[in-house]
Amino acid sequence: MKTSMVQTSRKRSRSGASKARTSKTRQKSVNPPKTESSVLTPGKKAPNFSLNSTPDQKVALSDFLGQPVILAFYPADWSPVCTDQLSLYAEIMPEFKKHNAELLAISVDNIWSHLAFSKDRKLNFPVLADFEPKGTVSRKYGAFKEAIGESARALFVIDDKGVIRWSHLSPDGVNPGADGILRALENLNQPVQTN
Amino acid sequence: MATTAKAVTRRAGSTRKTRLETAEQREIDNPRLAVPVDPGRDHVQGPPTATLTLVEYGDYQCPFCGAAYPEVKKAQKELGSNLRFVFRNFPLTRMHEFALNAAETAEAASAQGKFWEMHDFLYEHQSTLGDPSVALEFAKKLGLDTKKFQSELSQHKYQSRVKEDFDGGVRSGVNGTPTFYVNGVRHEGEATAKDLVKALQAK
Repeated sequence: MKTSMVQTSRKRSRSGASKARTSKTRQKSVNPPKTESSVLTPGKKAPNFSLNSTPDQKVALSDFLGQPVILAFYPADWSPVCTDQLSLYAEIMPEFKKHNAELLAISVDNIWSHLAFSKDRKLNFPVLADFEPKGTVSRKYGAFKEAIGESARALFVIDDKGVIRWSHLSPDGVNPGADGILRALENLNQPVQTN
Repeated sequence: MATTAKAVTRRAGSTRKTRLETAEQREIDNPRLAVPVDPGRDHVQGPPTATLTLVEYGDYQCPFCGAAYPEVKKAQKELGSNLRFVFRNFPLTRMHEFALNAAETAEAASAQGKFWEMHDFLYEHQSTLGDPSVALEFAKKLGLDTKKFQSELSQHKYQSRVKEDFDGGVRSGVNGTPTFYVNGVRHEGEATAKDLVKALQAK
């Protein structure tokens, strides 16, 4: 059942991403996404943002300077693949914490959906709403799919100085798991690689 | 990483597309079993000489694993002595409150040589996992030393083993339950006998 949903979403999101992109007016990003593989790469400064985690609380990336941050952009609350991915991260949280890392999940769903989703899945990290203007932060990271209006399934590991040290864009519908994140966290004490 | 990047062509439905892919990206998108099968430690069904190996990371309370359970049986029947099946624990404890206890229950039965009997029983009685007396009754029926069985469960003697399975799964790219590895590579198809057999036999 899990995999049949995967295939559905794969099909759905294959259609003309680049065509739809040209007609958008809200695009303010420094590095506009041109292809699916345009997520920000290691060595770049992670763009700061401030998004709601609850109706009256905001979380900013800059709040976490001095510790590693994992950003997990995902397409939507409630869809089965994401549910697996974020539930898995909740389960693996103790491993992330061993690296003093904070995990922030981001999608374009609104805060009420996030709150219900987070409660239902017993998530133990902030789930941020990139809701208004829709997808602004996702775009800054090259992790927005214009054709379907959702964040891409993209992961970033940011070091204690706010520099992206690892990024990964998953193929549509594929849940990336956590091994890449853990490897990236382990590699944080190595010198920054620039591309 | 970017220095090892090369353009590869991927099939996407009927169209072909090119994108940059690094060695690391390939590894994450097509993960491999990070912890090799160890017959001395793993729960293995099928002969050591089997040419095909199926590894499952499963959670006894997960409905998808429950649905996959008879499919694995079918695949085993079809492939006979050509297949070796390995089960490892991957309890999603935040989602499934009884999953960890169930995993420990199977391990406690394993300590007395009855892993597969208990494994099968738990999957066949998923709705009773919240009531430990059901598995205990079955342990009695299996002829287990229930005093030892119960004391090991209350001391969580096998929790560290379950955690080891879980950690190995995370490093192998387990991304939900069940996750199967077909001859060492993560299975991206359906968890059905048909898909599993097809993947196992593909060369």
